Amino acid sequence: MTLDQLPLGREAVITRIGGVGPLRLRLLDMGLIPRTALTVHKTAPMGDPIEITLRGYSLTLRLEDARSVEVAPQ
Amino acid sequence: MSEQNKQTRGRHGHGAPEKSGRFGRQGGEDGPALEFALAGNQNSGKTTLFNQLTGARQHVGNFPGVTVDQKVGSIRGLRNVQVVDLPGIYSIRPFSAEERLTRDFILTQRPDALINIVDATNIERNLYLTLQLLELRIPTVLALNMMDELHKNGGSVDVAEMSRQLGIPVVPISASRGEGIQELIAQAQRVARERQLPERLDFCGPGPVHRCIHAVSHVIEDHAEQHRIPSRFAATKLIEGEPALARQLGLDDNELELIEHSVVEMEHDSGMERNEALADMRYAFIQGLRAAAVKKGDESRERRRSVAIDRVLTGKYTAIPIFLAVMLLIFWLTFNVIGAKLADWLAMGIDWLAAVVDGALTSFQMNPVVHSLIIDGVFAGVGSVLSFLPLIVVLFFFLSVLEDTGYMARIAFVMDKALRRIGLSGRSIVPMLLGFGCTVPAILATRTLSSRRDRHMTILLTPFMSCSAKIPIYALFAAAFFGGNSALVMLVLYALGIVLGVVTALVFKRTAFRGQSTPFIMELPNYRFPSAKSVAILLWEKARDFVQRAFTVIFLATLVIWFLQTFDTRFNPVADSSTSLLAGLGRLMTPLFAPLGFRDWRLTTSLISGLTAKEAVVSSLGVLMQVNMADLPRALQAMFTPLSAASYLVFVLLYTPCVASIAAMKKELESGWWTLAAVIGQCLLAWLAAWAAYVLGGLIL
Repeated sequence: MTLDQLPLGREAVITRIGGVGPLRLRLLDMGLIPRTALTVHKTAPMGDPIEITLRGYSLTLRLEDARSVEVAPQ
Repeated sequence: MSEQNKQTRGRHGHGAPEKSGRFGRQGGEDGPALEFALAGNQNSGKTTLFNQLTGARQHVGNFPGVTVDQKVGSIRGLRNVQVVDLPGIYSIRPFSAEERLTRDFILTQRPDALINIVDATNIERNLYLTLQLLELRIPTVLALNMMDELHKNGGSVDVAEMSRQLGIPVVPISASRGEGIQELIAQAQRVARERQLPERLDFCGPGPVHRCIHAVSHVIEDHAEQHRIPSRFAATKLIEGEPALARQLGLDDNELELIEHSVVEMEHDSGMERNEALADMRYAFIQGLRAAAVKKGDESRERRRSVAIDRVLTGKYTAIPIFLAVMLLIFWLTFNVIGAKLADWLAMGIDWLAAVVDGALTSFQMNPVVHSLIIDGVFAGVGSVLSFLPLIVVLFFFLSVLEDTGYMARIAFVMDKALRRIGLSGRSIVPMLLGFGCTVPAILATRTLSSRRDRHMTILLTPFMSCSAKIPIYALFAAAFFGGNSALVMLVLYALGIVLGVVTALVFKRTAFRGQSTPFIMELPNYRFPSAKSVAILLWEKARDFVQRAFTVIFLATLVIWFLQTFDTRFNPVADSSTSLLAGLGRLMTPLFAPLGFRDWRLTTSLISGLTAKEAVVSSLGVLMQVNMADLPRALQAMFTPLSAASYLVFVLLYTPCVASIAAMKKELESGWWTLAAVIGQCLLAWLAAWAAYVLGGLIL
């Protein structure tokens, strides 16, 4: 499953980071690496982007970028 | 033009580097001069700490080898210790201008010490940057910020253990309360004087990543030393894949092959791609450090409060109405209540002073030309500069509150989807909306955008939002030509500006600003109460900046216009405004505007004087036509058809806003050439759109 499909409030663990170039590196730098736990906290009013929580902080990213993050719901 | 080129140009736009005086290592009462650099994540309290360290004594410095001006301040109580504020970043990759700047600064300037500020309530992600900074081999002190917040929520940090594991001094502080600052300064001075490098170099456990880093370091060691680049930094950056660095180090094919071989082996053995393996190595170390040294408190009060506030402020049905209400409130307060009041008082003060001087000059029987220079030139010039100031200060007060509370990040979150279509992110919405009030603060507000590409694109798009100074022009023409439909005329013009802005954005997205967008992956910090001191310093800075940089431009422009209005071609003072140099210039340019349907030299002349400020268009039309304001609509009816009036309005909507906005643009684009190109582009587009309106309108009617 990819992060854009993860239901709100459901905890999941990252299994793979895809994407290329700056997007991929930015994800890694912000702490999205395999075995990291996260939850989707909120969706913006227009349905995109989403707010996730991980490593004790909140991060927002777009659905199209979230597609590069593979997760396993717990 | 590429991002890189723009930066190079930006650099050339500035004066000579001022390295010598400030950083000369001369002796003094506090020992030799020292230079510190302050680095850290966004939202880590970096600006608050910088303000605590320096107070209001800050200026903008310009450094060789670094493309952007940085804020510099001397530490309070220590005359010869300077701190440079580096941009808030999360990593030091070569992709974003801010990250490049940080590494270039550290590598070329070699500050005596690095102060790395870390948010104790968000320690994992903050330390990720720390581990990369330590590779740069500069004496470093870690300032562990927001300790008060951590303690309040039952958390604690074993500072000694953290310091031992990282190999650098760690000083717990609270930047907002000013706690621990003296100790931080003392430690920074100590590591700088003793040249105490970080003790630890290796943050990787034994394994494939460790082997690879060491193999690569071994290959490049001599090259790195020769080019004065820390070899550990060079090794990790080469593993992450930086061809530019490989060229800079002068590695040959054989060495590159060796490196690639080690990296492939690491990828194979660890089962991770190279960048992932290094990020994993750093985060694994940090998790170990956290387990040993940090006791995390309960879910913090600040966090719970933020979640509660966000239920409303980013709620599905409430977010957008609240955002619009906030913007309207800010506009109303700025342009109708506070800002307008302050501007009125200032204007009254200047008028009073002008009247006094006027009377004095008359009784002194001063030469009429000098008299006019002082009253119509100097006072008008100073007045028009100062009239902007209250608006800017008040708008920036609200903006800095939005930014410092954390609401600005939420606005970006809420509005992102709408702005993505034109190639921007949610962060650009606020500067663009400010453009409807006044282009000058709107352009200055782009400073909060984190990517240079978005910043430049937003600056170029903001003038499409019709500013409030153009309203009197629209109102005059609507009353003269479009009778009952004046509201409709304004609506059409505003909409036209927005539509053309969107079209321009789409063109930019496919041409000059193609594919360089940094990903919109942004932290949503907890809501915080803004510090009065930070807001005050920012206001002071913006006001000073505006007066310093805009003053000369606006002032000179007003004097030039005064000169052109006052003299004829033989430099004799004119009695009749139609014989002035300005009128001559207007006449000269009139053929250019003939295809747009207006052929009267007075109209072109009014457009030229509109460059000082849009308010001047209406008043100069009155002067040139020698009628009072009440008769102006009728006088205009004789010169225009409704069609050519529409074409004139379209031109007014789109051509260069005013010299103050040009000054702001030059400052924020950091390039005179780009500013010139933008101004020419605006006039060209205005001409084309007005011409199209005239021709198409003629076909329809």
